[in-house]
Formats: sequence, C-alpha cells, structure tokens
Amino acid sequence: MSTSSSLVYLIALPLFGAAALLLGGRRTDKWGHFLATAMSASAFGVGLYQLSQMLARPTEERAVTQKLFSWIAVGNFNIDAALLLDQLSICFVLLITGVGTLIHIYSISYMAHDENRRRFFAYLNLFIAAMLLLVLGNSYLNLYVGWEGVGLASYLLIGFWNQKPAYATASKKAFVMNRVGDMGLSFAIMIAFATLGTTTFAGIADVAPRASEGALTAIGIMLVVAAAGKSAQFPLQAWLGDAMAGPTPVSALIHAATMVTAGVYLIVRSHFIFDLAPTAQLVVVIVGAITLIFGALIGTAKDDIKKALAASTMSQIGYMILAAGLGPVGYAFAIMHLLTHGFFKASMFLGAGSVMHGMNDEVNMRKFGNLRKFMPITFVTFGFGYLAIIGVPPFAGFYSKDAIIETAFNAGGLKGILLGGAALLGAAITAFYMSRVMILTFTSKARWDDEAHPHESPALMWVPIAILSFGSIASGFLFTRGHALVNWLEPIVGGHEGNHEEFLAPMVVSALALTAVAIGVAIALMKYQFADVAPVAPVDVSALTRLVRNDLGQDAFNEAVFMRPGIALTELAQKADESVVDGAVRGVGRLATGSGSVLRRSQTGFARSYAAFILIGAVILIAGIWVVTQ
Amino acid sequence: MNPYNYLYVSGLLFTIGAVGVVVRRNAIVVFMCVELMLNAANLAFVTFSRINGTLDGQVTAFFTMVVAACEVVVGLAIIVTIYRSRRSASVDDASLLKR
Repeated sequence: MSTSSSLVYLIALPLFGAAALLLGGRRTDKWGHFLATAMSASAFGVGLYQLSQMLARPTEERAVTQKLFSWIAVGNFNIDAALLLDQLSICFVLLITGVGTLIHIYSISYMAHDENRRRFFAYLNLFIAAMLLLVLGNSYLNLYVGWEGVGLASYLLIGFWNQKPAYATASKKAFVMNRVGDMGLSFAIMIAFATLGTTTFAGIADVAPRASEGALTAIGIMLVVAAAGKSAQFPLQAWLGDAMAGPTPVSALIHAATMVTAGVYLIVRSHFIFDLAPTAQLVVVIVGAITLIFGALIGTAKDDIKKALAASTMSQIGYMILAAGLGPVGYAFAIMHLLTHGFFKASMFLGAGSVMHGMNDEVNMRKFGNLRKFMPITFVTFGFGYLAIIGVPPFAGFYSKDAIIETAFNAGGLKGILLGGAALLGAAITAFYMSRVMILTFTSKARWDDEAHPHESPALMWVPIAILSFGSIASGFLFTRGHALVNWLEPIVGGHEGNHEEFLAPMVVSALALTAVAIGVAIALMKYQFADVAPVAPVDVSALTRLVRNDLGQDAFNEAVFMRPGIALTELAQKADESVVDGAVRGVGRLATGSGSVLRRSQTGFARSYAAFILIGAVILIAGIWVVTQ
Repeated sequence: MNPYNYLYVSGLLFTIGAVGVVVRRNAIVVFMCVELMLNAANLAFVTFSRINGTLDGQVTAFFTMVVAACEVVVGLAIIVTIYRSRRSASVDDASLLKR
C-alpha cells in the first residue's frame, strides 16, 4: 500500500486552528473566525488534492497510509498512530470538510452577535479535527481517539450557551448517553485484541475468517452498542432531541450531517466482522428498523422545528443502519444515503437557523406560518431539502432511500417483508412530518406575534445553504449514474453478488414508495394546509398523541429503568459507606472514649487511693509470682 | 533464736506502715509510715543476710538508709511548703491533679 505524507495535514490544520483560538484568548476575537474557516477550507483543499491523487491511481492502489509515530510498543504489542485514506474515508473527509467549511461560513454571520464567537469557532475546528481522525484512523484504537474527541466537541457545543441550566443539562445528558456507547466500543476493541490479537482494520480483516463466530458476534454486538450511542439509535436515542440546545450550525454539522453518522461509518468499516457474524448483523437491522419508525413517529408530534428535524435525523440514520445491516449489498447504499442526507439535512438545519434568525430565535412552528413571502431564498432551499428527504424524484433522497427500501425487500423471506414494510411505513411517516414542518413554517397562514419581523438572512448565511441544497438536488443522481458510488466503494466493502432473488421489481418498489410518500403528504396537507392550525398546541388529544409528544416515553423509560435504580444504588452505597465503613471507624473511637470515661472514675486525685492501688497491685504481683514459682 | 522471727516482725512492721499510708490523712503521719515501711525492708535485708551468711543484705541496708535520709529531706521540705501555702497538712486536700 502506498504512503502519503500529507494526510496528517487534514487533521493538523483544524487542530492548529482550535489550539490557536483557545490559547490566543481575546486577542484572536477579531479574526479568529476567519482563521477557523480558513483552516477548515484548507483541510477541504487537502481532501480534494487527495481525491485527485486517488483518482489518478488504479483501483487496487487507491488506499494510502501514513504512519505518524509508534504509539504503543510493548513486546509483541505494537500499535502505531497511523492514518488510512481509502475510498470509504475520502467520502467522509470531503463531507466533513466540505459541509464543515460551509457551516463555518454560515456561522460567521449566525454567531456575529455572540460575544463568545471565537470559542465557538475553536470548538468547531476541534470537532473537524476529531471527526477527521475518527474516519482516518487505521485501527480501532486510532478511531477511538477521534470517537472520544467528537464526543467532547459535541458536549462542548451542545452546552455552548451553558448559562442556561437546561442547556447545560442537555449537554450532560448527551455526554453520559454517549459514554454508554463508548463503553461498547472499548469492549469491542478489548475483545478484538484478546481474541484476534490486533486492532487494525487490515489486521482484523485478515484474521477474522479464522476466528470463532462467537468472538465475532460479541465484537459485532459491542460495535452496535457503540454505533447506537453515537448515532442516537434505539435504545440510546434519547439524547439527540435535547442536543438541539446547541447553536443551530452545530445541530446542522454535528447532529445531522457528520458526527451522528459515525455509527454508520463504524459498521460499514467493520464489514469484515459483520459479514461473518449473522447474529450481530441481525441486531443491526433490528436496531435500524426500530429507530427509523421510532424517530419518524417522534417527528410527527414535535412543534419545535429543530427537534422535528432531530427526530428526522434519528429516523434517517435508522435507514442507514438498516442498510448497513443488510450486508455487502447494503453498505454502499448506507453510505450513499449518509452523503445525500448530509447535504439535505444540513441545508434544512441551516434553513431552520435562518428562520430562527429572522423570527427572534423562535423555534415553535405553531408561531410561524406563511414565511415563504418573507424568506423566499430560505423557502426555496428548504423546499429542495424537503423534496429530497421525502424522496421525490429526481432529488437526492429518492435515489438513496429507494435503494435502501428495495434492498430491504430483497433480504428475502419474512425478514425482507418486515424490513421492507418498516422502511416503506417510515417513508410515509417521513413524508407526513416533513410536510407538516414545511406547511407550518412556510405555507400555512401567518400565526406569529406582532413583535416578530420576519426577514431574509444575509448572503453569508444563504449562500452556504444554497450550495448545500444544490447537493440535495444533484448528489443522488450523480452517485447513482452508472452505479458510480457502488463501484467506487466496491474494493472496500465488497460487491454485489448478483445471485440473490429480487422480491419485487425495482419499478414496483419505487411506485410503492412514491405512493406511501403521496399518502403522507396528502394527510399533512389536509391536516395543516387546509385546516386552521392552533398557535398553541391542543391539550385534549388522544393518548397516542400524548405518548408521541413525550418521545414515546424514552425519557420516562430511561428514568425508570436506569436513573432511579441508579440513584437508589448510589444512596444504598452511601448509606453502606456511612454505616459500615464510617461506622467501624467511629465505633473504634466511641469504644476508646467510652472505656476511657469508665476508667477515668478510678482517677480520684487522692494520693492515698493511688497508694492503695499501688499496694494492691504489688500484692497481686507478688501473689502471682508466688503461685507461679511454687 | 530462729532468724525467721525477725522476718515476721519485718512483715508486721511493713503491713502497719502500708495500712498507715493508705488510711491516715496527716501528711506527717503518712510520711512516718513510709519510713516504717523502709525500715521494715531494712530489717528483712539484714535478716536475709544473717540467714544466708553473706554481707550483701547488710550493704543494701546502708543504701536504703541513705535513700531514706534523702527522702526525709525532700519529703519534709514539700510538706512544709504545702503547709505554708495551705495551712493544712492533709494529703486529701492536695488533690489538684484531679480538679
């Protein structure tokens, strides 16, 4: 495998930006955001250069590595800090740095009035560096460093406005739930090292076929736990909605386009494990199918525009995980949906930020309405994203989501029908709740307060959105033209062994999906466009609506199953500490003082009584000696 | 005469002295009882010397006398000083260690 000495700059540039801004302090306030944007843009430049180099090489020599330094060297246990750029990671590198740079540009304007804008850009750069390390690491251990780094950046950015206690709590919640996933990843690494003796991707791919299926299944399931934590998948999904406490560009970059898709990357990257562990693969598709329905249902009841989009993100990542769990036929589609989703979801999040910018930071969609007249550019770009996510041809989501639904049906037997049905149902619900967002925000009657003066955002904000929405129009078509992305990824994730039976013809699946979408859109139109929408959420609603409004009880479940028993356990431990450990120590003290206070009575202060004691003592001593020596 | 009789006398004198130390309050009397105990011990030493036919006990008796003389000097000085400050020679009154 050839080496390249410029890979390190991908990570070093944004890392330098973050360090300069954090260490430079207030001195860098004036130009810090330009530095950060330039660092992100130059990382994108390096990515493009690497892509051009990669395209110039023949297929089997496209992957390049760079050894940074020998990280751990103990006897036979050698781990290098090394980077690996192949066909899979280049997709991510370009997505992260490309979308990242656009969001940097957007944030210059969006955060213009925030006095901590420099700190914000430092964290953004830190995130870019960590995320690039995540996708560039050549072993699970290197990936793990980036994995923790993005968790840290996500925590810092969700709690960026930590002067509000609720936001600080949200960041803590995200961090704690991510830690559960991180535990899964560290267990996976430990099991991999214990059973396979290596942690590099190439090494594991080499020895995996000779390993026991039990070990591979254990590693696989631990990797699913990791992916579920980072990608907000069932059962670790509850943090993503609260993560919307962060500034909107953060939601667009970290909690829509890049970081939350790290779980999908992890599973696709670990294809050599999942391909050999059918049980783990089954867990992956189940998690994906549950989450795609779960997220879509939550999305239907959210009035907060960002939380509705967050629920949608959860659901769309469910699609990707589902595709990744379908084996070699699905990996490329998972990545394709990941990339198209990166474009359209980021553009919609930035659009939502633009709406909030124009509406005094209002997020309640019931207070929006008819904004299309006042924000035409935001409306059009958001509309492209909307058409892409619900899967209308020829927008991006149509190609990627259709491929996933089709692959799910083709999984064969009952499993195929269930998975395909779930994906189809998810598509219908997606169409419904995204239409709801669109209608409530842009096309229904105006419901805002008198203080609101909706206006279009400045060019520095809408140009990045426009570029992203161009991606949400064209990317799907470009990726599927001549199976471009599938062929591109084939050397990494394996090809389509074309001998599986087609359950339904592609045309039928497309027709079914479009029908589902049409039904969803029609219901939304009836409920919101052609009926009056109350500016306050109605209270007398069905039990099901209430349940969905409460996120299907995810928080109640976590609190009942983990939080309260956890608190009870801590209290028990504290009581045990107080009564047993402290009790023993205090008991010794009390014994000493107690016996002391009894013995003290013999100390009368009278010389005669002391003399009597001495006398008695001497008599006893002599008597004792006498008895012994007799 | 049976030398053991001296030992009985010595034991009797020692017991009288010991009981006097414990029961009497007057510091002078207590002091004299202490002297009595020392002399009882001396008598015992001399008797053992006689019984064993060596001079060790007699030599020790001289030492005891010297110690007793020193004790008289120091002890009487203490008693006189206490009496001067307190107008009392009762050992029970001198209980500052307790209170």
